[in-house]
Amino acid sequence: MKTVIIKYNAGNVQSVMYALDRIGASYLYTDDEEEIRSADKVIFPGVGEASTTMNYLRKVGLDKVIPTLKQPFFGTCIGMQLMCRFSEENNTECMGIFDVDVKRFPATPDLKVPHMGWNNITGYKTALTTGLPDDAYVYFVHSYAAPVCEYTVASCEYVLPFSAMLHKDNFYAAQFHCEISGDAGQQILKNFLDII
Amino acid sequence: MLTKRIIPCLDVKDGRTVKGVNFVNLRDAGDAVELGALYAAHGADELVYLDITATVDGRSTFIDLVRKVAHTINIPFTVGGGISSIADVSALLHAGADKVSINSAAVKNPDLINELSLEFGSQCIVVAIDTRYIETENGQEHIVHTHGGRKPTELRTIPWAKEVEDRGAGEILLTSMDTDGTKAGFALELTATISGNANIPVIASGGAGNMEHFYDVFTAGKADAGLAASIFHFREIDIPDLKKYLHDKKLPIRMTR
Repeated sequence: MKTVIIKYNAGNVQSVMYALDRIGASYLYTDDEEEIRSADKVIFPGVGEASTTMNYLRKVGLDKVIPTLKQPFFGTCIGMQLMCRFSEENNTECMGIFDVDVKRFPATPDLKVPHMGWNNITGYKTALTTGLPDDAYVYFVHSYAAPVCEYTVASCEYVLPFSAMLHKDNFYAAQFHCEISGDAGQQILKNFLDII
Repeated sequence: MLTKRIIPCLDVKDGRTVKGVNFVNLRDAGDAVELGALYAAHGADELVYLDITATVDGRSTFIDLVRKVAHTINIPFTVGGGISSIADVSALLHAGADKVSINSAAVKNPDLINELSLEFGSQCIVVAIDTRYIETENGQEHIVHTHGGRKPTELRTIPWAKEVEDRGAGEILLTSMDTDGTKAGFALELTATISGNANIPVIASGGAGNMEHFYDVFTAGKADAGLAASIFHFREIDIPDLKKYLHDKKLPIRMTR
């Protein structure tokens, strides 16, 4: 199986590679369109700011490639947000795979933004959560989130309920960091690679 | 619900953990990777590795260690100790660290906090503040210290904590040198003031001696995370017991088994 991790100007991709190493999966880290199109699985991870990462994707043309991919595709963290329609982070038009807008967490007394740490996810409706305990804890670091919508397949609550995972056709996404979310995160990555 | 985090801190010298460790199932207690993996398996929510090596050779050994830790464990970890430049941070993040902690360098050059958060994102920049309550010309005040808490600076702790947040820190690691090593409990009042003022998470450190101290720092101290070293290393508190205790007391805690 050929798994590609999309190379772009987002940080923290190294941890994702290590996580794949831990589950014994090989991968290619590339921004080459042909390599991406011919992959069996595509992972789109990363930490970053919406407008900078989106501008980069536009510059190299990946913003047009990604929405047309047919194989199972998994975006995490900023990757997930870029798959939505729009992000309030510097008012960024994103790729629009999921027709939902990413919004900043409203300021609330005693609830800090970013939402940083372990929180539980509920309401599983995706193959990616197979084998997870109910209310599995996963690790989040983010200030913006997609509200619960028709594509939500796992949700979480912080200030408001929000989408922890999205799914539409071959596109999967998670707001949290699977790669550092303990056994639960590892299971989700493994489930993604196991999708036929 | 967002949980309160329990964070063991490992001091590393020349690639090996220092401070006595007493784990029967560990082949090599000085092996920083193995010890970290054990803590992760015990339910630690995050780890901090602090490099206390001063030499250049030690620094590259530490980066090798960071790479091994990142390869082995599947929870977040922060690295700190002697970080003073964008190049230092870049090397550590590329090796697989999730966050870096800066201390003296931030005091010496506060603009470094802005530069690092712009370059790498706030989420991975932890500013460590070592503080001591001392006599000043204005009476007793909380003053930021450097050099392992030995050297007082001109900075007052409470406004400095606000400043590091404004400059782009993603998290504050607050160590009270007054309580550190006493096992008499965390500095609750100061932690509560700083965490109450902050819109970023505050990790409390210094003074943990029993499980109740963690309960206190998460409630009265308003801390988002509690860090300790020797009580975990010497197994005076086992992390699974601590998490069960806090969970039974109705605090939001990530239970792993």
